[in-house]
Amino acid sequence: MTTEQTDWDALLEVQDLKVSFKTDEGIILAVNGVTFSVKRGQTLGIVGESGSGKSVSTKAIMQLLPRTAVVDKESSIKWHREDGEITEITQLKKTSREMRRIRGGEIGMIFQEPMSSFSPVHTIGNQIIEAVQAHGQVSKKQAREVAIDMLDKVGISNPSVRVDQYSFELSGGMRQRAMIAVALSMNPSLLIADEPTTSLDVTIQAQILELMNQLQEDLKMAIIFITHNLGVIAQVADEVEVMYLGQILERGTAKEVIHQPQHPYTRSLLRAIPRLDHIGGRLTAISGDIPSPLERPGGCPFHTRCEQVIPGVCETQIPALTRISSTHTVHCFLAE
Amino acid sequence: MSDNLLEIKNLKVHFPIRSKRLFGGTTRYVKAVDGVSFYIEKGETLGLVGESGSGKTTIGRSILRAIDPTEGQVTFKLDDQIVDLTQLQGRGLRAFRRYMQLIFQDPYASLNPRMTVRDIIAEPLVASKLAKGKEVDERVRETAALCKLNLEYLRRFPHAFSGGQRQRIGIARALISQPQFIVCDESVSALDVSIQAEVLNLLMDLQAEFGLTYLFIAHDLSVVAHISSRVAVMYLGQFVELAPTKKLFYSPRHPYTEALMSAIPKVNPDIEMTPVHLKGEIPSPVNPPPGCRFHTRCPYVQDMCRTEMPQWQEIETRHFVACHFADTLTLKGTD
Repeated sequence: MTTEQTDWDALLEVQDLKVSFKTDEGIILAVNGVTFSVKRGQTLGIVGESGSGKSVSTKAIMQLLPRTAVVDKESSIKWHREDGEITEITQLKKTSREMRRIRGGEIGMIFQEPMSSFSPVHTIGNQIIEAVQAHGQVSKKQAREVAIDMLDKVGISNPSVRVDQYSFELSGGMRQRAMIAVALSMNPSLLIADEPTTSLDVTIQAQILELMNQLQEDLKMAIIFITHNLGVIAQVADEVEVMYLGQILERGTAKEVIHQPQHPYTRSLLRAIPRLDHIGGRLTAISGDIPSPLERPGGCPFHTRCEQVIPGVCETQIPALTRISSTHTVHCFLAE
Repeated sequence: MSDNLLEIKNLKVHFPIRSKRLFGGTTRYVKAVDGVSFYIEKGETLGLVGESGSGKTTIGRSILRAIDPTEGQVTFKLDDQIVDLTQLQGRGLRAFRRYMQLIFQDPYASLNPRMTVRDIIAEPLVASKLAKGKEVDERVRETAALCKLNLEYLRRFPHAFSGGQRQRIGIARALISQPQFIVCDESVSALDVSIQAEVLNLLMDLQAEFGLTYLFIAHDLSVVAHISSRVAVMYLGQFVELAPTKKLFYSPRHPYTEALMSAIPKVNPDIEMTPVHLKGEIPSPVNPPPGCRFHTRCPYVQDMCRTEMPQWQEIETRHFVACHFADTLTLKGTD
């Protein structure tokens, strides 16, 4: 293995991640050379539309990809523990003891659909207890106490009653809180949240976002927050990554990306959403459709829809990384 | 006479819950819509927002008579004739359906995978016997072109299309019978941001061209604000506020509207959100709380709210609200 410079602040380092799927219609390259890192205690927001590879790249971290997925041999995902130990996740077997320790233990995960993420035939409490016991030598009684404590922490009233209820007895917001309780019961250093508020009403969404912010402060964990909602990203993320068709087009602090977007795609996205500070008028839509993953365009992936496309350049060459500031980078010929 | 296309008076939709016991006992009802009155002006877009389960979809569907209302009156002004939709039956109702259409939420589930795009778009025309033979094809091509669909693709099946294109097929299908009123039920919610903008623009263009009237139901408040001329806020089967869009968003008069506005995440990392905390959960529509339905969660609740139901009143011109303290409270909108 090559000795690369390691970032001591980093908790997770993803290098040149490539994930492809074998399908009947051909090979789909879902994630095409993605490099990023997550710092301890920080929130990294990943924004992208469907087919951008935002969920696939995080599932690769958890080794939760389906069997048809192939992770490229050159890809590297390094997991840094607090004691300085570094684990290469891509080298681990899916079912190995170490991977199981990471998945659900050191890295927690919450999903979009709190209804389908819970088993309908087990109580909420038993599902937390199962997780706690799978990751540590604790008695059932102790685990139950952890469960009640966690439910209380995520703001569920009457936790000692709720612990014995089933998921269908809880409302959508409650279920998502319970989901967070399951993920946090192991005290993870990284939480991956994949569209955690997308199916919720705005008032509940605001509560969940507040809760996540507060828990992050209390527990000092890092969060990868995946969403397509730029408003949510602006409110939760320290750093933002903009993905399109399996590639990161731009990365920077939330302020940089939202106030000084450099990539034409980021700019178009920001113009395409209705804003409340000036109601009315016409939206500036992005022309064309998101290309099918089977017909991925060459060169810059956005060139088929870009207004500022440079003929003869953007179609053929992949733009290199350009540094705008110490934290802000972009892949675009216009910025070079 | 006013220029209202639709007038809805005291609309109620109650769904019975069947008792499992042999001799029934008392039947209870889910009061999905419980006494709502409003009007929709010709050529405007009325936005309808509210939490899931508040009854938004039921209102849309009961106006279209996809669901039969339990009580109330829905009148539709067709040319100079006023039709009470709740009284229409059988053939009369079927003949009337061409004037009102629905655009669905999920462009993947709402198109029949075994029908070609041409047949999907033509179906309302054929079903209402408005055209025959060659004329059908002509109308399909015309409507598809309006919705910016590629005419060469009309013989394909829906699976070959992306989400945005499918939604345009759904719009073409709704438009072909030349309706006057369209209910858009979460019609752009399933689309990606970049596609959503295009479909919203299309809906606005079509409205400008044909003078269409929309009832636009959505949970995304920014989208509703963008497309609507007026917006109604629903809570537990009733309207709590209805006002011109800017009034509602910038100077709301109902505490629930204020809470909704405060919860919208702003696309600006410099502005920190300060959402109003609502106590507890949305109560069950089977057993709505007495008095003001919002009193169990309202931060400004007074004794009176627990027992007396507030009147639906026009507090300013075109600004309706149902709150005992609408005149005295100072509420914050979004900025």
